[in-house]
Amino acid sequence: MSSLHVEIVTPEGVRFAQDVEMATFPGEEGEMGVYPNHEPLITRVVPGELVLQTGEERKVLAVGEGFAKISAARLVLLSDMALYEEEIEEAKVAEAIERAQQALRQKELGEEEQAATAALLARSLAQLKVKRRHRSA
Amino acid sequence: MASTREIRRRIRSVKNTAQITKAMQMVAASKMRRAQLRALEGRPYQKLLDEVTQSLVPQVGQLRHPLLNPRPVRRRAVLVISTDKGLCGSLNTNLFRELFRRHGPDRAYVSVGRRGRSFLASLPNSTGETLLADFELRDNLTFRDGKRISRFLLDKFSSGAIDAIDVAHTHFVNALVQATVIRPLVPIAPQNLAPSEAPATPVVPDNFEPSPEELLDALLPFFVDWNIYQALLDSLASEHSARMIAMKNATENAKELVGDLTLEYNKARQEGITREILEIATAQIALE
Repeated sequence: MSSLHVEIVTPEGVRFAQDVEMATFPGEEGEMGVYPNHEPLITRVVPGELVLQTGEERKVLAVGEGFAKISAARLVLLSDMALYEEEIEEAKVAEAIERAQQALRQKELGEEEQAATAALLARSLAQLKVKRRHRSA
Repeated sequence: MASTREIRRRIRSVKNTAQITKAMQMVAASKMRRAQLRALEGRPYQKLLDEVTQSLVPQVGQLRHPLLNPRPVRRRAVLVISTDKGLCGSLNTNLFRELFRRHGPDRAYVSVGRRGRSFLASLPNSTGETLLADFELRDNLTFRDGKRISRFLLDKFSSGAIDAIDVAHTHFVNALVQATVIRPLVPIAPQNLAPSEAPATPVVPDNFEPSPEELLDALLPFFVDWNIYQALLDSLASEHSARMIAMKNATENAKELVGDLTLEYNKARQEGITREILEIATAQIALE
């Protein structure tokens, strides 16, 4: 069976570069599952949960906004964030969400700040989603 | 020969200078490590972004996105990334020499860093129109700083005030080598992107989500943002490396000078002693 080489790269460097059997990532038009020999495709990535499956091993990451390029044997994912489940600190994230929501409610932000805060909020929510889901499971 | 007191004074002053340059070297070294790390860890991202852009652009070239579409250049904007402070060897001088060589009436500039601003203001026929804007440079700059500059330029580009954007900065090769780079950024041309190492797999035009137009609208401005951000990081890493090396050389030179001066001082002192003994001996002979 062929495998899929996944590279996850953020501005902080290469976060993941290994072969997996299957990957699921949050595409702009819904969750996308990618197996080897997928059709070539380029798409946008939205904040959410990325799952990498190899046999019984399952890795879960929270990703931010970015782009993905899929070819038959390779998935390249560019994102402004990629955090492993165990790297996420729930308390801090919850705090960040609280602050971001408050800032957005007050509506005193400039357009640029508004966009930045909204993006931060989306990233934080993605982190929280990854963390919470896997504790309850 | 200078008097011993004069030499002693000079030794003291050179030692003070050495202390200062040594301190500056240490500061630059610690800043360099941070800046280098940031510049280098962004490179894989840059490479993949190039790759994604490269596989996207030729497929949808016929769409004629404004950022891809070269037009007659009436005014070419150059983003000049220099440093705020001097004492960093020939870093800025090399950059400015290259800019001066290419200077022409169709150029407009946006400067980052105080050195660049004063250089650009001194260019011939410089008016308020040739220096479009000046942005500050910070050591702990974030992506948003880059984005602010990039959006300013893109606004000018889409309004037609400028027809092309170049970036002039120093590329960090390693701590000893920094290269001056002036490269075209907008309009984005596939041949300007780094060639990808992986064999290019052509993407069928149908396979873009959402549509190719929307994808380009999202990707291309981000591509410009990112490139400017990376150029800023690259320049910062170069600046601190160049300053560290310059200060290291200065410290070494000062130490060498102290050595030479000490030798001269000892010679002068010995000469004084010899002369004194000679005088005493002469006086004694005269008395006998």
